[in-house]
Amino acid sequence: MNNHLALSDDILMKIEKPARYIGNEVNAVYKDTSKVDVRFCMCFPDVYEIGMSHLGIQIIYDMLNRWDDVWCERVYSPWLDLDAIMREEKIPLFALESQEPVKNFDFLGITVQYEMCYTNILQVLDLSGIPLLAKDRTEEDPIVIGGGPCTYNPEPIADFFDIFYIGEGETQYRKLLDIYKEYKAAGKSRQDFLFAAAQIPGMYVPALYEVSYHEDGTISSFEPVSEELPRTILKEIEMNVSDTYYPMKPVVPYIKVTQDRVVLEIQRGCIRGCRFCQAGQLYRPVRERDVEVMKQYALEMLKNTGHEEISLSSLSSSDYTQLPELIDFLIEECGPRHINISLPSLRIDAFSLDVMSKVQDIRKSSLTFAPEAGSQRLRNVINKGLTEEVILNGAALAFEGGWTRVKLYFMLGLPTETEEDIRGIAELSNKIAATFFETVPKDKRVNGKVQIVTSTSFFVPKPFTPFQWAPQCTKEEFLDKAYQTKKAITEQLNQKSIKYNWHEADASVMEGVLARGDRRLGEVIRRVYEKGCFYDAWSEYFKNDVWIDTIEECGLTADFYTTRERSLEEIFPWDFIDAGITKDFLKREWLKAQKETISENCKLKCQGCGANRFGGGICFEERTDA
Amino acid sequence: MKLRIKFSKHGAIRYIGHLDVMRFFQKAIRRAEIDVTYSQGFSPHQIMSFAQPLSVGHESNGEYMDIQVNSMVSCEDVKKRINAASVEGIQVLSVIELPDNAVNAMASVAAAEYTVTFKDVRGPALNIYQVLPEFLSREQIIYTKESKKGTREVDLKPGIYQLSCEGDNSAIHMLLDASSGSNIKPVQVMEAILASHGEQLQENALMVTREDTYTNIGTQEQPHFVPLDAPQLTKE
Repeated sequence: MNNHLALSDDILMKIEKPARYIGNEVNAVYKDTSKVDVRFCMCFPDVYEIGMSHLGIQIIYDMLNRWDDVWCERVYSPWLDLDAIMREEKIPLFALESQEPVKNFDFLGITVQYEMCYTNILQVLDLSGIPLLAKDRTEEDPIVIGGGPCTYNPEPIADFFDIFYIGEGETQYRKLLDIYKEYKAAGKSRQDFLFAAAQIPGMYVPALYEVSYHEDGTISSFEPVSEELPRTILKEIEMNVSDTYYPMKPVVPYIKVTQDRVVLEIQRGCIRGCRFCQAGQLYRPVRERDVEVMKQYALEMLKNTGHEEISLSSLSSSDYTQLPELIDFLIEECGPRHINISLPSLRIDAFSLDVMSKVQDIRKSSLTFAPEAGSQRLRNVINKGLTEEVILNGAALAFEGGWTRVKLYFMLGLPTETEEDIRGIAELSNKIAATFFETVPKDKRVNGKVQIVTSTSFFVPKPFTPFQWAPQCTKEEFLDKAYQTKKAITEQLNQKSIKYNWHEADASVMEGVLARGDRRLGEVIRRVYEKGCFYDAWSEYFKNDVWIDTIEECGLTADFYTTRERSLEEIFPWDFIDAGITKDFLKREWLKAQKETISENCKLKCQGCGANRFGGGICFEERTDA
Repeated sequence: MKLRIKFSKHGAIRYIGHLDVMRFFQKAIRRAEIDVTYSQGFSPHQIMSFAQPLSVGHESNGEYMDIQVNSMVSCEDVKKRINAASVEGIQVLSVIELPDNAVNAMASVAAAEYTVTFKDVRGPALNIYQVLPEFLSREQIIYTKESKKGTREVDLKPGIYQLSCEGDNSAIHMLLDASSGSNIKPVQVMEAILASHGEQLQENALMVTREDTYTNIGTQEQPHFVPLDAPQLTKE
């Protein structure tokens, strides 16, 4: 326990939720600084409640702290109230455990989970007193290392990082830290260390790579500065997922955070191959964790945290082959202890409805379907293997079981989308409502009605997906599509049972710019930050005008990154990263999409994506006819 | 079985609010594997009653909460288990078993004892030790309570059971009405003392420690305050 706090009592008594900044949580790790060689500060660049809900950081935190020579601490973005005070009073950003300035650490690790947090990265660097640009840093500054899904296209934020760790954290940190210790002991320079680090698998040191552009702004070449450096960076991946690091004692926050529960990651990757989904491509191949290991983890983590809820984490829980066994076990163990079970990402069918009726209060819970597109044609384009028949059967079963609330998720602006596809969203919503009235006799209807909540988000093409070549819609197109959806819903017979929500379009456009951006955007992000923008992921603080103006100031256009048609030959800013799947595979999928042809999932048929090079996972399991 | 748990709250943990302390104990009790009783219904929760919320920033040597257990080895064992599952700033001081018909902690509270000191140099010009006798001899001590609904005048006098000051202003001790209808906060008393001599309390001037929380085993007219874990309250 550490009662020496970085913030004064006056500040703590003045700000919202001081518990965000005092550390001392259950299972937080404290070490004697005289006995460690490497001080590592792990950051999630958003507010504490969001950052503390992230499993990845807990895994790395646990792993690094298992090593006696390393102390890993945590830091999050100070909320706006404290941010203003820290700037005013020149208080350096500090790590939660030791409460010591981040600037004094050997490493600052930043997980980059979504594009709209880029300015918060700069907030964290700035408040820490670390130069924003990697090239301005000296021997006194920590090595700033980034990881997470957005670092599969690290180029827009390349200026701010010394190293990017591409892929899963379990595999190369030990090696990286050993080399760091060796260089530190030998008194070698930061530059020397970074050059050595760049030769560790998975490590990308942006300063050691040079980009040149064609006149039209596309990339003409991307080269390492030395022949000793790899031309492509292959993602790191943990193949032995049942026997690796996992946080048996995750940190338990005092305040309520978004994910206030034990999280059991049952598998990595997804067999489905939805063409819009970046995670489904990045984390291939599918690797399941052994169910016996999961059972043991569940009990141990519940015991060590005291959480009252456990949640399964994966991209598609229904595809976990041992799911029935695991759920039976959890129900048996958790029921008597009054521990809730949360089962996200379940496909709605007889099995999942049966399970859900055992673990939830049907009257209070709602069913979730993610058809993503309104017509079968468009669902074939995006390779979402969910048919109208399956949805309506699932809904009918659920209505018979007593559910009356349904949530539907769709995307607007998908490649090849027509007005008919958009009308399909309204029609599908209507059919589900109609199914309720057909299935449930009048006298058995709770409150006499069904509630359908239809939500749409705007599609943003992401790197390493078959849609990385697709033009993104303009803001006007997005809003028009939302209007069409709304109008179509009001024309439905059961429109009174349907509530429609849509997202704002501005942030989706900017997300699109950053997602497929290049290094030239670094200047935009820095200038936007210097003009006072951060917490862009929070719609109330997102200042679209500032972003638009700044992009122009820097001689760039948003359209170049979003609405522009990309040729199949174009070199993308992220092409030097090898995510394990080949560009040829993505191209094939992009062409198949345009022909409205589906690709079977990994369990049915190998599509030759390239992930079998890792020598394990689903690629080497027997195929089934499931 | 009804148990009453007395605990302290010190150090950095004083910035954790009341609701979060409740959440902390719910989790600590599960970590400690106490066979705690849950409520009935669709979303069962641990049956738990806190004597009185402690303001953020205050420390305490006498917080109380009641829980119910289905079984236990002993009160001492419960204390040991929760302490093993707790953090350094929150420590269980005692666990007693209550009679089955005992009034819960929240409803039992009649008074609370505080020690108040001034943070760094935020004390008043006033010598509180000197003015206290006169202050306490007043028939009424009118205090204007400000809330979202507006202002309201209350008389603090009947609720100030004891009030004393160390000679050098270094610490003020008070025993105040803490019952749910007419709870008096130490800061209100301090504001009233200073206001009576034309002074104002500086911002964030007070360090408050709740020393203990009491129930009244006497009568309204002749109160007899005992701590919430007094032997008289323990199950025979």
